[in-house]
Amino acid sequence: MKGRKLKSTVGPAAVMVGPVTLWLAFFVAIPLLYVFLMSFCSLDENYNVVFSFTLDNYARLLDPNYISIYLQSLLIAFLTTVICLVVTYPFAFLIARTLSKYKAVFYMLVIIPFWTNSLIRIYGWRTFLGANGWLNNTLTAMGIIDKPLDLLFTKGTTILGMVYCLLPYMVLPLYTAIEKLDKNLLEASADLGAKKITTYRRIVIPLTASGIFSGSIMVFIPCLGLFFVSDILGGGNSDIIGNLIERQFQSGNNWPLGSALSIILIAVTLLLVKLYQKCGGDLESLGV
Amino acid sequence: MKRQTIKKTEKTAGILYCLLIYLFLFLPIAVIVVNSFNATTTKPYLSWKGFTLDWYVKLMDNTPLLQSFGNTIIIATASTLLATCIGTLAAVGMYKYKFKGKSIIDGLLYIPVVIPEIVLGISLLTLFSKTNIPRGMLSLILAHVTFSIPFVIFNIRARLAGYDNSIEEASIDLGANRRQTFFRITLPVLAPGVAGGALLAFTLSLDDVIISYFTNGQTKTFPLKVMESIKSGVSPDINALSTLILIGTIFLVVLSQRSNMKKNK
Repeated sequence: MKGRKLKSTVGPAAVMVGPVTLWLAFFVAIPLLYVFLMSFCSLDENYNVVFSFTLDNYARLLDPNYISIYLQSLLIAFLTTVICLVVTYPFAFLIARTLSKYKAVFYMLVIIPFWTNSLIRIYGWRTFLGANGWLNNTLTAMGIIDKPLDLLFTKGTTILGMVYCLLPYMVLPLYTAIEKLDKNLLEASADLGAKKITTYRRIVIPLTASGIFSGSIMVFIPCLGLFFVSDILGGGNSDIIGNLIERQFQSGNNWPLGSALSIILIAVTLLLVKLYQKCGGDLESLGV
Repeated sequence: MKRQTIKKTEKTAGILYCLLIYLFLFLPIAVIVVNSFNATTTKPYLSWKGFTLDWYVKLMDNTPLLQSFGNTIIIATASTLLATCIGTLAAVGMYKYKFKGKSIIDGLLYIPVVIPEIVLGISLLTLFSKTNIPRGMLSLILAHVTFSIPFVIFNIRARLAGYDNSIEEASIDLGANRRQTFFRITLPVLAPGVAGGALLAFTLSLDDVIISYFTNGQTKTFPLKVMESIKSGVSPDINALSTLILIGTIFLVVLSQRSNMKKNK
């Protein structure tokens, strides 16, 4: 009996894990390897990719114009992450620790906006902030300004759009971490004479660090690639790495260069994930 | 007394702060909903010209837009079904069996979740063009399955954390075979995780912009149609459709929450 059992686990295991293995190999591993390979290819005069080894694409990555966009992209991602963290921490704290019976509703209200297409919501911001938008109209009607403010197409509006798109990715891990906090610890800290601010600094923040780390990584990394946000709200003044890649695969039609640019993005991602794991971060909490 | 007032102000400040965040989250949605009733007929459809329901009527005649929405639903349904089947089998298989290369599969699963979507998008584009897989409905479904599978698996894995293996052993001891045990014991226990994963996959597919943008060929999904229209100004019938979709999803989720609550009682 036991022998039969042992022998026959190979079959069921293959049936269950086989499909996902093949799928991931064909649609994740091979394409990424192919992009890596393509980053060393050249173009012929008809813009076809030809397999002759070159490092030209990587040399072109050092173009000062590109470098200033990488820096800009990193800056936008950094500011977006910091703003998301600072703005949502108190919010996540309040909704995670509320005693209200509507707690589940408060949580759902964070997710509901994300069932409307993200592009159209970003366009909604453009409508709101535009020369003829609600904000300018209201301010003019109230007599605060004479002529519409020029609010759009700056780094600021791009960051606003990024914060808007990525906010829930910060709220949800923070919420999970804060909900797990033991109330007794906070009370003990207060009983022992700690001031509120000390309790936050020494107890609350360290114990919710896991949420802070995973939220930050889930905001920072996508922020390097969301090209449509800077397209719609940045108007070409605040390009990010994602815009560079998009252009090479669409209008620029230089796939090898686009591939090399993607390799940078992959490298940055790997580096950040390694750093995250070094800080004690768990990959699993990035999942959902 | 003084302490109480401080507490009260603190509470009010907290509520105000939360309201401010919700305002931020819902503001662009309010813009969309309001503009779907805007009587303006001149591009870029921004200035308010009075209330009308015309755009909801006009929407019915906008065949390309409705077609794109139909495509979105087909792709989301097909990719959710496929991803859920593959993902459920994989999650259970990886939980139950030890085998070589498991950590490699695990590593590969995190790639679509962690790397920026644009990288997955362009890598699938290069794959489809190299292998001559026609770009259209098929390539979109394949792409959407790819980014959905990990989310399905992670959702079920969370459910498996508290899974009691002995009920399966009991089933086998009582004479059921493996397939019967899987469908009649394992699956019902994991059902909430499977449903949660499927719902997540479906919503991810509905809203996907970036990966679809690189893998679509001539087939337009609703988000891609929106992207196209942004250059010339989003017309209010797109706002009308978005409003209807939002109402539809809220309705579905409230319904599913209610039936969940009833079951739990």
